[in-house]
Formats: sequence, C-alpha cells, structure tokens
Amino acid sequence: MIADDLAAVRERERTAISLSTARIAVCSAAGCISTGGAAVKDALGAAVIAHNLSGSVRVLGTGCLGLCHAGPLMRVTRGDAEPVLFTKTTPAFAERVIAGLPSGVLPLEQRCDLQQPFFTRQHRIVTSDAGIVDSERIEDYLAAGGYTALERTLAELHPEDVVREVSLSGLRGRGGAGYPTGLKWSTVAKAAGHGTFIVCNADEGDPGAFMDRSVLEGDPHRVLEGMAIAAYAVGAEQGYIYVRGEYPLAITRLKTAIRQAERMQLLGHRILDSQFNFRIDLRIGAGAFVCGEETALIASIEGKRGMPRPRPPFPAEAGLWGRPTLINNVETYANIAPIILHGGAHYATLGTERSKGTKVFALAGRIVNTGLVEVPMGMPLGEIIFDIGGGIPDERQFKAAQTGGPSGGCIPAAHLDLPVDYEALAGIGSIMGSGGLIVMDETSCMVDVARYFMEFCRDESCGKCVPCRAGTVQMHGLLTKMTHGTATDRDLALLEQLAELTTRTSLCGLGQTAANPVRSTLRHFHDEYLAHIHDHVCPAGVCAMNGEDPR
Amino acid sequence: MESLTRPRVATVWLGGCSGCHMSLLDLDERLLDLAERMHLVYSPFMDIKQFPEHVDIALVEGAVANEDNARLLRLVRSRTAVLVAFGDCAVAGNVTALRNPLGDPMPVLARSYGTDTSRIPGVGANAGSVPPLVPKVHMLRSLVAVDYYLPGCPPPADLIFFVLSELVAGRTLNLQSRATLG
Amino acid sequence: MSVTTLTMNGTLVSAAEGATLLAVAREHHIPIPTLCHFEGLSEVGACRLCLVEVEGSNRLQAACMTKAVEGMTVTTNSETLRSYRRQIVELLLAERNHVCAVCVANHTCELQNLAVSMGVHHVRYEPQAPQLSMDASHPRWILDHNRCVLCTRCVRVCDEIEGAHTWDLMGRGRHTLVISDLHEPWGQSESCTSCGKCVRVCPTGALFEKGTSATNKDPHFVTYLKMAREQKLWNR
Ligand SMILES: Cc1cc2nc3c(=O)[nH]c(=O)nc-3n(C[C@H](O)[C@H](O)[C@H](O)COP(=O)(O)O)c2cc1C
Ligand code: SF4
Ligand code: SF4
Ligand code: FES
Repeated sequence: MIADDLAAVRERERTAISLSTARIAVCSAAGCISTGGAAVKDALGAAVIAHNLSGSVRVLGTGCLGLCHAGPLMRVTRGDAEPVLFTKTTPAFAERVIAGLPSGVLPLEQRCDLQQPFFTRQHRIVTSDAGIVDSERIEDYLAAGGYTALERTLAELHPEDVVREVSLSGLRGRGGAGYPTGLKWSTVAKAAGHGTFIVCNADEGDPGAFMDRSVLEGDPHRVLEGMAIAAYAVGAEQGYIYVRGEYPLAITRLKTAIRQAERMQLLGHRILDSQFNFRIDLRIGAGAFVCGEETALIASIEGKRGMPRPRPPFPAEAGLWGRPTLINNVETYANIAPIILHGGAHYATLGTERSKGTKVFALAGRIVNTGLVEVPMGMPLGEIIFDIGGGIPDERQFKAAQTGGPSGGCIPAAHLDLPVDYEALAGIGSIMGSGGLIVMDETSCMVDVARYFMEFCRDESCGKCVPCRAGTVQMHGLLTKMTHGTATDRDLALLEQLAELTTRTSLCGLGQTAANPVRSTLRHFHDEYLAHIHDHVCPAGVCAMNGEDPR
Repeated sequence: MESLTRPRVATVWLGGCSGCHMSLLDLDERLLDLAERMHLVYSPFMDIKQFPEHVDIALVEGAVANEDNARLLRLVRSRTAVLVAFGDCAVAGNVTALRNPLGDPMPVLARSYGTDTSRIPGVGANAGSVPPLVPKVHMLRSLVAVDYYLPGCPPPADLIFFVLSELVAGRTLNLQSRATLG
Repeated sequence: MSVTTLTMNGTLVSAAEGATLLAVAREHHIPIPTLCHFEGLSEVGACRLCLVEVEGSNRLQAACMTKAVEGMTVTTNSETLRSYRRQIVELLLAERNHVCAVCVANHTCELQNLAVSMGVHHVRYEPQAPQLSMDASHPRWILDHNRCVLCTRCVRVCDEIEGAHTWDLMGRGRHTLVISDLHEPWGQSESCTSCGKCVRVCPTGALFEKGTSATNKDPHFVTYLKMAREQKLWNR
C-alpha cells in the first residue's frame, strides 16, 4: 500500500463517520469487560439492527475511558454535539439508548458530568484515542490520523531527524527509571553493525498497575506505530513485544493489529513502498515480575531462564543475542507518534523542567475515582488525588500516597503539594515508577504496607543474587515481627541495615529498590514503627499484634 | 587474689551434648591456673541447684530446646553481667536445632517414640515428667541479649582458655579470625 | 597487548587489556572475597561478595565482572564493603541449613572459610530452617540442598566445560533449587556423564562424594582442563 491508498482509506472512513448520526463507544478495556462491557456492546449492536439504524449509528469498542470503577462506560457522540458519558450501563440500558436515538432523547439517568475535573483536568496524549478509535479496527485508527507519523517519518525524515525530535521532546522512559528516550535511541543508532533489535516492554508487573495494559488493549496500533518509527530511527528490522501472559485480551488485540498492519503494508517488507522493512513478533511472558527488568526480559526472549545480568554492557550495546537492542516501555512508544506529528518542541512545552509531556496513572486504593488518568507532568500530587481523583471516600483522612509499586515509596500528607515529576518524587524517597498510584487513608498501617510490598519482592526475587534473595526474606521476617508486636529496637536496626545492604549491593533493580517502601515509610512514618515496637500498638488497628513470634 | 574480689564465673548447660563442657575440661592443668584468677560459682561440674545472683561471666552451652532451658536462660541473663554463647548450639542452634526444619516437635518425637502418644515423655498423660519441648529450637540470641560468641563444635580448649583469660582480666573480647563455626 | 594502569587501594597496579578487577587484584595479591566466581568458568556476578568501590561512581561494581580501565581508582576493602560482605555471609548462613559441625565439608567449605576470614562468629538473622531434600540417587555422589548457596558453579561447569548441561535452576527467590535435567533424580539423568566436575567445583557440602567426609577441591582444575584441551598437553 502506498500513501495515496492510505489517504483513500482515511477519506472513506472519515466520510462514513461524518455521515453517521451517532457514534457509540463502549469501553472495551479489561476493567469494563469484567463488569459486562462486552454484553453491552453486543446489545447495542443487536439494537442497532433491530431499530434499522445500521446505516447511521456506529458502535465501537474503545480503549479505557478512565472511570473504571463505574463501568461499563458508554460514550455517545451525536454529530457535533457534546458527547454524553453513561456509567454502569447494562444491555437493557443499551437498548433504551438506541431506542431513544431517532427521537433524540437519551436517558437522563446514569449520566456522568463531563465537566467535572476528572475529565477537564486531564491532558490526553497517550490515551487520546479512547472513545474515538475502535480497538480492533485499523480503519478507525487511520481515520483518527493514525500512521500519519510513520508516513511522514518515512517520506520526510532521516533517522537522525527522528532521534533529534525525540530528544527535543524531552521524553523519558515510562517503564520506571525515566531514562531519556532520545539519548537511548541515539546510543542504539550509533551502535555498530546490522541486526539491531527493538523490544517493547509490555510485562507490566507492578501490582495494581494497568496503564500499559489499557494502551495495548485500547490502542494497539499506537504502539506498533511508535515501534516502527523507532525501528526506522535506530536501523532495526525486527521487533518484539514482550507481553505478560496474564493479558490475554492485549495479546489478542496485538495479534489482530499486527495482522491488519501487515496487510496494509504498514509492517513487514517495504513499508509504504519505502526501503524500510520491519517485522514485529510477540513473546508471551509467564508471569515473573523480574522479567520486566530489561536484561531478564532479554534472556527470556532468548529462551533462557529470566534472570538479570549485571550491566554494563547495556542492552543498547549488547542485548538480544548480543546485538544492540532498543528496549522501551509501552507508554514510551505510545508517545512517539504525537511527538513526530506535532514536533518535539511542542511536546516539550508540557511538563516541568526535566520531565516533559504527560504521565498515565492508575488510581487505586482509598480514592473516589479509581481508574486511569493522564495528567501533565508536574501536576501537584494533591490535585491528582483530590481534584481528579475526587478525594477520599467515606469522609476519611488522607494518609499517604504510594507511587512506583513495590519499588516505590509512600508519600505523606505534608507533600501533597509536590509537583509530580521524576526528580521530585525521587527527592522524597519514592519514584515515578510505571504509574501506579495507591491512595491510603488512616485505616492503613504503614508498617503493614511495607510488609506487603516486601512480601511481593521476596516472592518475585529471581533468586540469583544473595542480598535480594535472602535479604528480602529477612526484612519480611522483621516486618512481620513488628506487625505481631514482638520486634525490638535491635530488629529495627537490623531492618535499617538490611535495607541499605539490598539497595546498594543487589544485582538488578528489583533488589536495589525492594527496600524503598521500607525506607520511605521509615522516613515519613517513623513514629508508627516505634508504636509497634515500643508500645506494641498498631495505631491504624490493622496489625494482629498478637505477641506471637512468626514462624 | 582474694577469692571474694575475683570475677564470679558460671558455666551453664542447656540443650547441648555437653561437648563444650568436655572441651572446657580439656584445659587440663590450665584449669588450676584459671582457678587462681576466678571464682566458679555455678556449673554442671558443681553440686549446686540454684543459679546464684551477681554473676560476672557466664558461659552458656546449648540451644534452647525446652521450656526449662528458656526459663533458666532468662534467669541467667538477669543475673549475669557478661553472657557468652558457648559453642555452636548456643551461637547458632546447630545440632540441637536440626529438628527445626521438620516444624513442630511432634514429628521428631514420633520418629523416636512412635506415634502412640501414651509412650512419649512430656506429652499428654506424661506431661510433667520432663520439660515440654519448645515449638522451635532457639539460639540464645533469639531470646536474650548475648555479649560474646564463642563458636565451635566444640570450641577448642585453647580458645576457651583465651576467652576466659581475657574476660577474667576484664578485657573486651576480640576473636577476629581465631574462631570458626563447626 | 596493551597494558592498563589503575590504582587499587592507593597503589598503582598494571592490568592486561580486558582483565577484570578481580584478576588484577589476585595478580597483585590484593584479597577480594568471592563465592560464585570460579577460575575458568563464565562470571555471573551473583554472590555480590566481590563488590568494590570505583571512584566517580556511586554504584558498587562486581570485581569479577568489571573490566579494568585506564586510570580507574578502586577501593576493595573499605569498612562499608567489609560490613556488606559480612552481612552477605550471614544471610547465606541463615538461609539454609548450614550446620557446619555435621557437614561433610566442615573446614574445607568456602562459605565457612569466608565467615572465618571476615570474623563472622554468629549470625544476627533468623535462621530460616527450610525443609529441603537430598538427592542420593546417583551411584557416586549426593546433592544436599541444605548446603547449597546457589552459586551455579555446578550449572556452569557442566554446561561450559563438560557440555552436558545436566544442571539448571528452577523456582525463584528463596525457593530456587538446583535441579538435574527436568527435575528428575540425578541418578536417572540421561544427560549426566558422571564426570564429577560439579562435585569438584561446589564450594560447600552441597555436592559431595558418597562415603567421604571432605570434598575433593581444586581451585585450578578448570583452568588446567581448558589449557590442556587447547594445547593437547595433559601432564600436570
Ligand atoms: C524488577 C523490574 C521490573 C521492571 N518491570 C518493567 C515493566 O513491567 N515494564 C517496563 O516497561 N519496564 C520495566 N522495568 C524497567 C525496564 O528494565 C526498562 O528500564 C524499561 O523497560 C525501559 O523502557 P523505558 O526507557 O521506555 O522506560 C522493570 C525494571 C525492573 C528492575
Ligand atoms: S536483585 Fe533480586 S531479582 Fe535482581 S538479580 Fe538479584 S535476586 Fe534476581
Ligand atoms: S550445588 Fe554447590 S556448586 Fe551447585 S549451586 Fe549449590 S553450592 Fe553452588
Ligand atoms: S564473585 Fe563476583 S559476584 Fe560473586
């Protein structure tokens, strides 16, 4: 397919959209599907036929609409009118919506105010296609301007130009560490020789995190396009998406998307009739958190046991089968097309001094609006939690926000005005991580939270290096003692020492960050530890404090 | 030296094989030398039932395997200035703690006495005949504060002599690479 | 061959091109404790005992895997490093059932010797006392998981020198186990050639010969094998 054909497809699709009287998007991300979204979509489809509206009403399954706790969500757009969002829909409700369309009367109940801060304060770049693009139709993606960035890249840009735009954008890796993406690309591009590989890290292992999942499920072409542009920039012909086996829907949608893109010559040989070849294959993970670590991920793709190895050499120099390898996160790739389309400089206008663009967060825990949000970097934590997140339910008090999952830390109320960017979070002992944001109120015990995350790291340690494998076991034991009320000052000292040991001596990021939840709670909630140790009291009333020594 | 001003020393035998005490006897004539410099107030070698007050130095052999061991260890700690874990069982659990991986003491007892509980001492109808086993064998450190560790199974006589000489002279102990577990 | 000069513990030392910091230190008799390293085998950087400080980096580097670079300034024995190493040895001792007194490798064990050299006389961590098995199905040797430190020397020597790849790891974290073939009894392994190399490289009493009390160790035998193979010279 050449550019003209592509333009024709876009034109046809846009005409069809403009001729339709209504577009009804049902959230088809895993959250809404789990509450019955698929049945709602089926019911819409059946009702459209029953009411003879096939020619004028389009029903689409789209990416995550954000308010996951109120699903299944349905977004109705009629002509140029403001869209209407319905929450907690059912098949019966779907029938009512369709029945009301000809007369223009939509149900009044179950409507969601789209002017509330949850919607107005967000800034959607990565998730901009949600509600517009059907996750399983490449035509929808094309009509929304998809693959224009790839087209422009191949037609107008040299690989160095692409790298320059990405560098200019200030984009940093969304997989956790925040490494400058442009810098990584230029390193890989400079690495000598042929046979460079591209990898998309879709192993998303943080408990409670589902940002990458919703991008993969909702807008798989966005990721493919980003990868293709990256491949062109660094000179790669083969890409892998390493996606966790627990995401069957994402896997299915990726497979569909890859097939569609190949058929339209957007992947494969001589992409858009250029000299550029690029294939993408899927590799399915088997549910080990550590396989999200890039060197373990590489070992896993190579068919070996997924265990990290010391860096250097970094994958950029010696990755898959010893070849230079570019590894980026799903969300990182999803930012690429907009950067190419609107320019790196434009992207860089958003965000803070050193953290540009937006970040997608998965809001969870004791917060009214649990779900997925995308906000500009630098938005104060308190605004994310109280304005967008709707605050704490049941009139309870905010106690802490946990960012960065098992590698992150707990942030107390005193830092609610903190602008959320990489440096600011690191400065108070947490990390941006991949975007998990768990809110806790006074019913959470910080010692217990630290114990929970330590248990996760203990169980997910790959077992290779001693400080992580054995240190997490001991730290978990000490924390458990605290939650039983049998710990002493000596145990606290041991815990602090082990936290330093694992941080400084572990081989990979898992062990190096495993103690972050402990260290940040020790820093911000020291009194709570002392209450457990000296007074044998759990202030939040969570811990057993039964005085029994854990075995 | 006047006997009343010499350091008051005790040796204690908990859940161990008494090998550490045998090694202590291997000091041979050096025992006489030590006897000049200390005052032995409690030991399995002496006919004394009650652990005395105001002990300066106690060498404690063995791990805590039963409730009697635990009670005695706490008493020793409360009455002693310098408590030394004497030998690997006291230091690390060692052979006495070999049963820990099996969980409860019951599987171990059943292995020795059979599954008929009426034939197991200290259990069921036989309670009180011997002190009940604790669920998990502890090294001393798990229950009380330990001042010094003298590892070895058993610790060699020379090392015991060195340790006692240093402590009796009131010096702080630094074993560095002189001692080893096992 | 070009030569590199660097500073180790305040002294200028020379290094062959591509040499690791560990090799340089050994050549100059600067002691660095190691456990997963074995001369002649690939490096994995797993035990973390050989970590050293390199000036200009706040990350500690594994000496066994870090190449000497011109002008580097390396510290191998700061108080911090010594404290970390002691903690690592203690963690290992608490992790499985290292009962030295009744171990076949008592006094020949590398873990025990590390503890002695570092002055580790006791372990501050709770002994985990896991319930682990022994595999005595092989006619000549026994694998005792209670003593294994997961250094993977056996895995590497079997794969890299013998070419059999009988051993590998299964499970993760504290449940990681060395297994033969697909977790079959060693005695039934189809890939094992009964060469005994794994037994000779094992640092502890985890792999040992039936009926013997001490393991048959030779820290240089892999290097010897490799040289002999290359030069077709088998006299030692
Ligand atoms: C234990 C561990 C788990 C990780 N898991 C993930 C993951 O699930 N997804 C991801 O993108 N990056 C993960 N990372 C980070 C990757 O190693 C790597 O830095 C990242 O994929 C690079 O992409 P980026 O530069 O786009 O962020 C993990 C790192 C560690 C240490
Ligand atoms: S830090 Fe943990 S996960 Fe990473 S290599 Fe070490 S044991 Fe494996
Ligand atoms: S069996 Fe021995 S050589 Fe193999 S991993 Fe365990 S300790 Fe290392
Ligand atoms: S010897 Fe270098 S990490 Fe083990």
